[in-house]
Amino acid sequence: MNRNLVLGAGLTAIFLLAALLSFAWVPQDVTQMDIANKIKPPSAAHPLGTDHFGRDILSMIMVGARTSIAVALVAVGIGMGLGVPLGLAAAARRGGWLDEVIMRANDLVFAFPSLLIAIMITAVFGASALNAIIAIGIFNIPVFARLTRSGALSLWTRDFVLAARVAGKGAARISFEHILPNVTNLLIVQGTIQFSLGILAEAGLSYVGLGAQPPTPSWGRMLADSQTMVSFAPHMALFPGLAILLTVLGLNLMGDGLRDVLDPRLRRDRQ
Amino acid sequence: MLRFIGKRLVSLVVTLWVASLVIFLSLEVVPGDPAAFMLGLNAQEDTLAALRDELGLNKGAVERYVDWVGGMLVGDFGTSYTYRTPVAQMVLDRVQVSLPLALYALTLSTLIAFPAGIWAAARRGKPADIAVMGVTQLGVAIPNFWFAMLMVLVFAINLRWFNAGGFAGWDAGFFAAMKSLTLPAIALALPQASILARVMRSSLLDTLNEDFVRTARAKGLTRGQALWRHALRNAMIPVLTIIGLQFAFLMAGAIIIENVFFLPGLGRLVFQAISARDLIVVESVVMLLVFAVVLVNFLVDLAYAAVDPRLRGRR
Repeated sequence: MNRNLVLGAGLTAIFLLAALLSFAWVPQDVTQMDIANKIKPPSAAHPLGTDHFGRDILSMIMVGARTSIAVALVAVGIGMGLGVPLGLAAAARRGGWLDEVIMRANDLVFAFPSLLIAIMITAVFGASALNAIIAIGIFNIPVFARLTRSGALSLWTRDFVLAARVAGKGAARISFEHILPNVTNLLIVQGTIQFSLGILAEAGLSYVGLGAQPPTPSWGRMLADSQTMVSFAPHMALFPGLAILLTVLGLNLMGDGLRDVLDPRLRRDRQ
Repeated sequence: MLRFIGKRLVSLVVTLWVASLVIFLSLEVVPGDPAAFMLGLNAQEDTLAALRDELGLNKGAVERYVDWVGGMLVGDFGTSYTYRTPVAQMVLDRVQVSLPLALYALTLSTLIAFPAGIWAAARRGKPADIAVMGVTQLGVAIPNFWFAMLMVLVFAINLRWFNAGGFAGWDAGFFAAMKSLTLPAIALALPQASILARVMRSSLLDTLNEDFVRTARAKGLTRGQALWRHALRNAMIPVLTIIGLQFAFLMAGAIIIENVFFLPGLGRLVFQAISARDLIVVESVVMLLVFAVVLVNFLVDLAYAAVDPRLRGRR
């Protein structure tokens, strides 16, 4: 068994389960304030302590996991949903004007750092989790388009594709029936990496107030709230940050592990 | 080589042109009238009209676009709606913080990543390699603004070596200014150094497998000599590309880090401008950042072609 994969999948599973569990049960309702118990360090009643409104930090992290995971997951969905068909189309019409237009448009998106896109979208439509999703999602499109195109290009020269063409299948059908299944491994590995980048991006955006708005708990927001209190309540900053770190680490390890398992050609580099 | 530069230059201009259109059009659909926002709820209709006229909001979209782009080409970025000062002057003040910060971070990142990556590649599979790979795995996963907060807690609040935020200003002297940029630069550099060290290591390992390195070893060079004299130079090409790309991330990452440390840079300017609906500032600063990113990538492409003649023919 691949050690990275097991460790990474384990870490990821913990946060996924915490997010799922939070729909059914949390130690304490996150919309309830308890001012008498504000800014308490970790104790038996509150394993990770309480924040400046007396809310239980463990519960906040569990509910915040939902926000992070949902935003990152939908953003990867947007990137794959639009990027993969574009990449397939570019490869099917390689060298043509469509290919050229798609690849130049990709270059353009790369010229805007993702955070700049997010800032512009916020300037136009206001700050919300949905706009954070769109901003991160847009940046994912060229990543998947490029990857799909480069994976597909080499497949188009293979004999089994030639056979499909001889059988009379059109470019669109070949793309979906023969090319797509053969680039799936690449997409899974990249999807894991973009997922972890999405979690980081969401945390950054909500930290500066451009992501999910209160009272929806989010990890980035919790860190922003804790900033002015870090000198006397370090636990408020420590645990949400650790949650982000461990989730991203888990996803990255899982991505590395999946690449080793799914693409044996790359394995030599690690041993 | 001239042909190559020409082609890249055309693509640079086209990219910037399209980017300017995208930025202008997306801010064009913003709801709300900046003039109404500035004067508040009780503004008289004729005052509003006068202000709109002064800000040039009554002109058509095409005319305003041409004015904006034409102005930027000659260094006139327009006038801020809220501060009533030229945007160019505001940007110039802020660049004095943002640009040194990005360069400081880039330097740190390179200084950490090169030795770490080379060391790991030279000791492949040994404890040193495993340690570097483990630390960089953490470095990639850590949110840099959280790392920044932890550094403030340790080095500013507990040890009192640095200020927790703010910028001393260049008038306070070079060292005082650089000191206030040190924690932000470390926070920015850490994730970038981790990525760069990994790229350095894998690129070097690839090169060490090449025939010319084997030839060098066959001539009697030790592993270390072959690495330093032959492999390292050839492994630099992908590393250079990543350094170029990182500049974009440093400019964008700086936006968040500037907020952690209350640095008066471009990032904070953009945030203040958004909340004040000062769209001309948002427009111009975003365009400027895109220009910087595109320009740096163009220069990296040129450097690339200068180092490796094989790349001049390809796109």
